Amino acid sequence: MTNTIAVHMSGVVKRFPGVVANDGVEFELRRGEVHALLGENGAGKSTLSNILTGLYRPDEGTIELNGAPVSFSSPRDALNAGIGMVHQHFRLVETFSVAENVVLGNPDTAFLLDTAAINERVKELAARYDMAVDPEARVWQLSVGEQQRVEILKVLYRGAQVLILDEPTAVLTPIEADALFRTLRAMTTEGRTVIFISHKLDEVMAVSDRITVLRGGRTVGTVETSSTNKRDLASMMVGRNVEFTRVQRKTPAQTNDVVLHVENLGGHDDRGRDALHGITLTVGRGEIVGVAGVAGNGQRELAEVIAGMRHATTGSVSVEGKVLQSGKARAAIAGGVAHVPEDRLHTGLAAGHSVEDNLALKSYRSSLLSRFGLLRRQAMRDGAVTLVERYDVKTPNTQTAVRLLSGGNVQKVLLAREFSTGPKVLIAASPTRGLDVGAIESVRERLVEAADGGLGVLLISEDLDEIMSLADRIAVMYEGRVVAVIPADKADRETIGLLMGGAQLEATS
Amino acid sequence: MNNSLLIVILASAIFYGTPLLFAALGGVFTERSGVLNLGVEGMMLIGGVSAAWASQHVGGSAWFTVFASILIAMFAGGLTALLHAFLCVTLKANQTVAGLSITIFAGALGLSSYFANVWEVASSPVPRPIRKLDVLGLGDTPVLGPLLFNHTILTYVSWVLVAVSSFYLFRTKTGLQLRAVGESPQTADAMGISVVKYRYFHTILGGMLAGIGGAFYSLAIVSTWVDGLTKGAGWIAIALVIFGFWRPDLTLVGAYLFGALQSLGTTLKARSFHISGDLLDALPFIMTIIVLVLVSSRFAHKRLGAPAALGVPYEREER
Repeated sequence: MTNTIAVHMSGVVKRFPGVVANDGVEFELRRGEVHALLGENGAGKSTLSNILTGLYRPDEGTIELNGAPVSFSSPRDALNAGIGMVHQHFRLVETFSVAENVVLGNPDTAFLLDTAAINERVKELAARYDMAVDPEARVWQLSVGEQQRVEILKVLYRGAQVLILDEPTAVLTPIEADALFRTLRAMTTEGRTVIFISHKLDEVMAVSDRITVLRGGRTVGTVETSSTNKRDLASMMVGRNVEFTRVQRKTPAQTNDVVLHVENLGGHDDRGRDALHGITLTVGRGEIVGVAGVAGNGQRELAEVIAGMRHATTGSVSVEGKVLQSGKARAAIAGGVAHVPEDRLHTGLAAGHSVEDNLALKSYRSSLLSRFGLLRRQAMRDGAVTLVERYDVKTPNTQTAVRLLSGGNVQKVLLAREFSTGPKVLIAASPTRGLDVGAIESVRERLVEAADGGLGVLLISEDLDEIMSLADRIAVMYEGRVVAVIPADKADRETIGLLMGGAQLEATS
Repeated sequence: MNNSLLIVILASAIFYGTPLLFAALGGVFTERSGVLNLGVEGMMLIGGVSAAWASQHVGGSAWFTVFASILIAMFAGGLTALLHAFLCVTLKANQTVAGLSITIFAGALGLSSYFANVWEVASSPVPRPIRKLDVLGLGDTPVLGPLLFNHTILTYVSWVLVAVSSFYLFRTKTGLQLRAVGESPQTADAMGISVVKYRYFHTILGGMLAGIGGAFYSLAIVSTWVDGLTKGAGWIAIALVIFGFWRPDLTLVGAYLFGALQSLGTTLKARSFHISGDLLDALPFIMTIIVLVLVSSRFAHKRLGAPAALGVPYEREER
């Protein structure tokens, strides 16, 4: 049985405005296997699974299910054909019971709800796959791991033969993850097939039969798990070492003259769970420290705690030896922390406001720009005109709303404002994401220029090339911890790729 | 004397509470689907004027006229709600603004008054009002008579409707899916439930029930058309939906409580109690404000079981 093909996707192309998310992907799924789909963020894993579940239609390519070509126009079509998806962000009605969620929208449910019978059936199903969950419990009472079991039950209840799990362990404790792996095994022994999307090497090695690696929207290859290892997978995932040049610095970094000192820092994510576990990190004067890692491993929380937008649960942040008050953005600004947040149009700037208002956002309290609580508009305008010229922002005038500018110019406005406060440290989160090549170049130049001028820069980025070419030292984050700090000239992509995937290093660092 | 006063107040609470109950039950359906309807007042007035017109123009037996008037009120209320659904569901407008617009557009000094003028509805009283029945000849029974056996047909219908609504919401598949649409349209959509259909259907259903509520004013309580005759009952109904925790049975309790407050002025005046009539008339609205303030905090909303997606237009997430 294991050698029959359940799903075969061939030459799949999916384009979005400005991006080719899937560029001729080949994917073959054998019945009864756990098949891992491995790749960095943006490699095309989610797009591929969304095509298979009918959420997106491919622009090119074919999908065969059990040897017959299929075309899905909605998730319902795919579900009816036996392909179900367990989303990373659960689709559950929190006020409903587990059983109600499981039967919701099922065409086989009778008009009159027989709650007792439904509970019984859901209980049986859960027991069959070794999933402990009370059918009568309300979903909001459940832990995240239990909620995930409800999601899986929903798909199984609909009779899915192929289950796609999108980063299922991202929200689980290790014990819950082990329980999930047992459940997956129970499903495959019954002849069901599992696609397991992940970027964590350890668990992919532990749970899968075969692994398909995607990179940049293309299939790098499919390998048997038994005949590969983490190091090979990591290099498939991040690509072979490519030639890249490190940026030439006018002033060398003074790593030992610490400007930013993060000590044993802890913090919560938006849901109140621990996202940072005792982060200790320093940035020296004129130094660029790159933070590498797959998104969602605590980078955003780290940036926000340093910038005073999020409370530290443990530890402290200090700039030039002075400890900043936790959770107070104004304290961080006063202490000399500049912040270029990931979401520049929402967190970084007031999108509907003019360029000059945005440029004044951090300095309007100074006597230069306001007196007796009244703004000095002329001074604001003059200041804005100067900054727009110096930072080469392409805008019709300084009264133009920021949201009307191109991405690169938006970022320049943000950088201009942050630099204009005379900071000692800059936290830059994905500063070049989504920009065109020219804008990327100019943002990078600004960062290097600022570092040459003595600014300490913490550069958080998912773009490994960017980090490797700009940073003096590279810190790798995984699951809320800094797992290694490596001088850039001693770093190689493969090692960093392994660390990003959670592998323990034997003798490096 | 005291005892009978209590009975009179209770009986008139049921009488005055009936239109509130209809409108509030409609609100329960609409809000359970995730659509906030602040246009209830407008829908009631449209229903009220249509019913008065129908009563003056539809011939046949008295029963037939009453029946036809109610049907036409439902139709008119439903049509107004269709507009609300179009604004909220299809155009994804701000639901608060859409509802207020409906009330301003259709309400007192709006479309309902216009129709009343054009149709000359206000010129004479409604010829065939809805009368109280004497069920099984038990209407004169002490205590139980006025409470249970001496009501209009619509009151009895409303009791059945409360039971049917509860059953529908909590015991049927469609009810489950309706609640899912109001709680988490993303989930419902992912499970193949049409958010648009459910929202349209239940918004229109809510408008039809509001129409009946309005008809009860023009056919039973006032028995003639006057501009703005519901006098803010639509707003009370909106508060009642919250007061009843979006549940039909509790909504009935709330409706009769507010019915009692509304009737208190009339009842006490008739017995020559000397309390400010203005104050008594204001009571239901003071209560409405208090209820709304108490429950309008986000925290309370969640704890009271408000549909989580109430007032939020649903947009499918696309890349």
